[in-house]
Amino acid sequence: MHKLLTDSPGKEMLLLGNEAIARGAMEAGLAFATCYPGTPSSEIPEQFFKISQESDLYFEYSTNEKVALEVGAGAAVCGLRTMVTMKHVGVNVAADPLMTLAYVGTKGGMVIITADDPFLFSSQNEQDNRFYARLSGLPMLEPTNPQEMKDITIHALELSEELESPVFIRTTTRLNHIRGSVKLGKMTPIKTKGSFQKNPFHFVTVPAVGRNLHKLLLQKYDQATEKSEKSPYNEIIGSGKWGIVTNGVSYNYVRDAVEDLGLADKVSVLKIGFSWPLPKELIVRFLQQVEKVLVVEELEPIMENDIKAIAQENGLILPIKGKGVGRLSRLFEYDPGMVREAVAQYFGVEYEGTAGLDLSGIPDLPGRPPNLCPGCPHRATYYSVKQVYGPEAIHPTDIGCYTLGLLPPISMADFLICMGSSVSSSCGFSEASDQKVVSFIGDSTFFHSGITGLINAVHNNHKFTLVILDNGTTAMTGHQPHPGVDTVPLGVNLTQVSLENVVRGCGVKDVHVVKPFKVNKTMEAVKAAMEYDGLSVIISREICPLFEKAIGQGKKKRSFYVNLDKCKNHRDCIDKLACPAMYLEGEQVKINKYLCIGCSVCAQVCPENAILPLKG
Amino acid sequence: METKRLVFVGVGGQGNLLASRLLGEAALTEGVPAVVSEIHGMAQRGGIVESAVLMGNVTSPIVSPAEADVLISFEPVETLRSLGKCNKDTVIITNTHPLPPFTVAVGQGTYPDVEEILSLIREKAGKVIALDGDTIAEEVGNPLALNMVMLGALIGSGTIPITAEDMKNTISTSTKKAFLESNLAAFDKGFEAAKAN
Repeated sequence: MHKLLTDSPGKEMLLLGNEAIARGAMEAGLAFATCYPGTPSSEIPEQFFKISQESDLYFEYSTNEKVALEVGAGAAVCGLRTMVTMKHVGVNVAADPLMTLAYVGTKGGMVIITADDPFLFSSQNEQDNRFYARLSGLPMLEPTNPQEMKDITIHALELSEELESPVFIRTTTRLNHIRGSVKLGKMTPIKTKGSFQKNPFHFVTVPAVGRNLHKLLLQKYDQATEKSEKSPYNEIIGSGKWGIVTNGVSYNYVRDAVEDLGLADKVSVLKIGFSWPLPKELIVRFLQQVEKVLVVEELEPIMENDIKAIAQENGLILPIKGKGVGRLSRLFEYDPGMVREAVAQYFGVEYEGTAGLDLSGIPDLPGRPPNLCPGCPHRATYYSVKQVYGPEAIHPTDIGCYTLGLLPPISMADFLICMGSSVSSSCGFSEASDQKVVSFIGDSTFFHSGITGLINAVHNNHKFTLVILDNGTTAMTGHQPHPGVDTVPLGVNLTQVSLENVVRGCGVKDVHVVKPFKVNKTMEAVKAAMEYDGLSVIISREICPLFEKAIGQGKKKRSFYVNLDKCKNHRDCIDKLACPAMYLEGEQVKINKYLCIGCSVCAQVCPENAILPLKG
Repeated sequence: METKRLVFVGVGGQGNLLASRLLGEAALTEGVPAVVSEIHGMAQRGGIVESAVLMGNVTSPIVSPAEADVLISFEPVETLRSLGKCNKDTVIITNTHPLPPFTVAVGQGTYPDVEEILSLIREKAGKVIALDGDTIAEEVGNPLALNMVMLGALIGSGTIPITAEDMKNTISTSTKKAFLESNLAAFDKGFEAAKAN
């Protein structure tokens, strides 16, 4: 049985924050879950995918976040308890349905997880999605540790049902990826079928309906404000005259700072867990009991500005500060020492931080950036395209492991803003310049948001080459399936959508399907695409070796070695491919036989045929 | 109990996330309050992998610069790179076996001499426990057991309130049966190496 289905109330388990959310959902009898994976949210649906194979939970990896939210909306208006998970930038994709689903509301509880990523551990920006609660008018809850992640999930589903409105849970990377002790609660049976009560003058958002629904949204906002005022997740801790307002993971830094500095009897902490709508009356009470306020929140000064406005409305005059105190800024994530220092500085407490070691005299250390794996087919595709097009072509790229093609010696990533931007921006690049354009997108990302850009390219007669790197999985986020994947090895039997049929169906005339480990044939196809006067698509198909290993497929290929009698040290292998299985011993290139997976690409690249498979 | 802040650093594939998770589980079993933090995603593709375990009366999941009580590093250059996490009282437990990054192979950097690295660490830091974890793992016939060697060395260092028995119980229940014997042997050898250090 899946460990998150353990029916032992009171038992304590060490759970990853994301596992705690999944557990909370199952304790609340979650019936329906959808997502598009994205770090740091991916482990939540990963649990659901496994749980759905041994319980009544319905789960799907949807093609993108907009689709996931719309699928979830259908289930939730039928009355099923529903969860939709995504990373912060995924909410941008889902923003269109989000804004009007907020008007329409839901019947069954619906929770939307937005997993924000301060410091951009694995994202393209660090936008603060607390703004989405304010933009859409939907309530938002922010847990502070794994136990609360479980408990708040249950609470949010119940709250959503009471308000007939979707509810956000906002996490940050540090919460998603910490492990802490979680006390399990009771499991609730899953209600697997709902029914839809027709009401077109509520559910069909023509302007006249929308006008009424906007009023309804504001009424729900007032109801939610009442709930926020009484929420156990909004809490004043202590009764000192120095006030600190905080949320999310920062609460822990504040708690430890107060402890470390011995300020427990001097400080009051207002912990905000039900963060939208804000509990205005509670905040006023807090402002009345303190003399000055420090707001400790990562990213934007959202609570800080709101609290200043609340103080003004209530004629309360006291210092309120957050950003700019000590090292508290709008950038990146906070840490315990930073918060301790800011608390001490703001309230005038003597504090000397721990002195670090004297780091003088340490030589420049070699960098260790993330890299494409040994035998990664993306490396092979990049090599062939570069051999044909040379270094001058523009390479719009996309979001996935292949974004690592940014790094030398591959250096084949020139422009990236979001999922799907490779294809659509190529339309602009190819019209605006005379430079050749070859863009790259992964298979999962193509299904997510590449298709509409491709249809645009066909319709508007754009001329460029799109390479779809088809490795049969969503590799970067941990090998989730997508519409183009054969899901049988994953234990489910879903319909596989043919990538080439989609591409041809979009109207692309020049379509090539290549195996990137066959270097010459791949280069021939790339040449044909370059010479074609129009839009070309090359599907470069080879399974992700890590995924192949994970599903127990593929046979072990022989590793390669450098024959020292033949090698003349051109170093094309290491200079052009840069496979991590290669290393220099003195001046001689060698291959680590344990890392080499036998893709044979270096052997095809070597001008002396000096790279050969090991015997036996 | 006294707060203990532990930082684990390693390279993708060395298994330091499993080591920190097992330590968290052992702490939970023994009733020691603990929180573990990890970084997943992009960082795992051959890059540096860092995790932290905080024990005692503390709820913050991460360790600020200069505030580590123990640094457990699976790779000597990464030990040097992580010295910013340490202060004069930090106990540093480091593997001495180098795993040069790929940038060295393509000439974008040079890997310092290991002896030089170790003498720099000893010169800068308070207490240093250095052991060749990879060789120990190979000696017990399981080259992937470096993380068990390092866990053994951590417990052997006597810096945290988890006993060898507690840790081995957790290893027994939470790792694959096929590797159990060699994992426990690797743990014991790491434990002894730290004691002898």
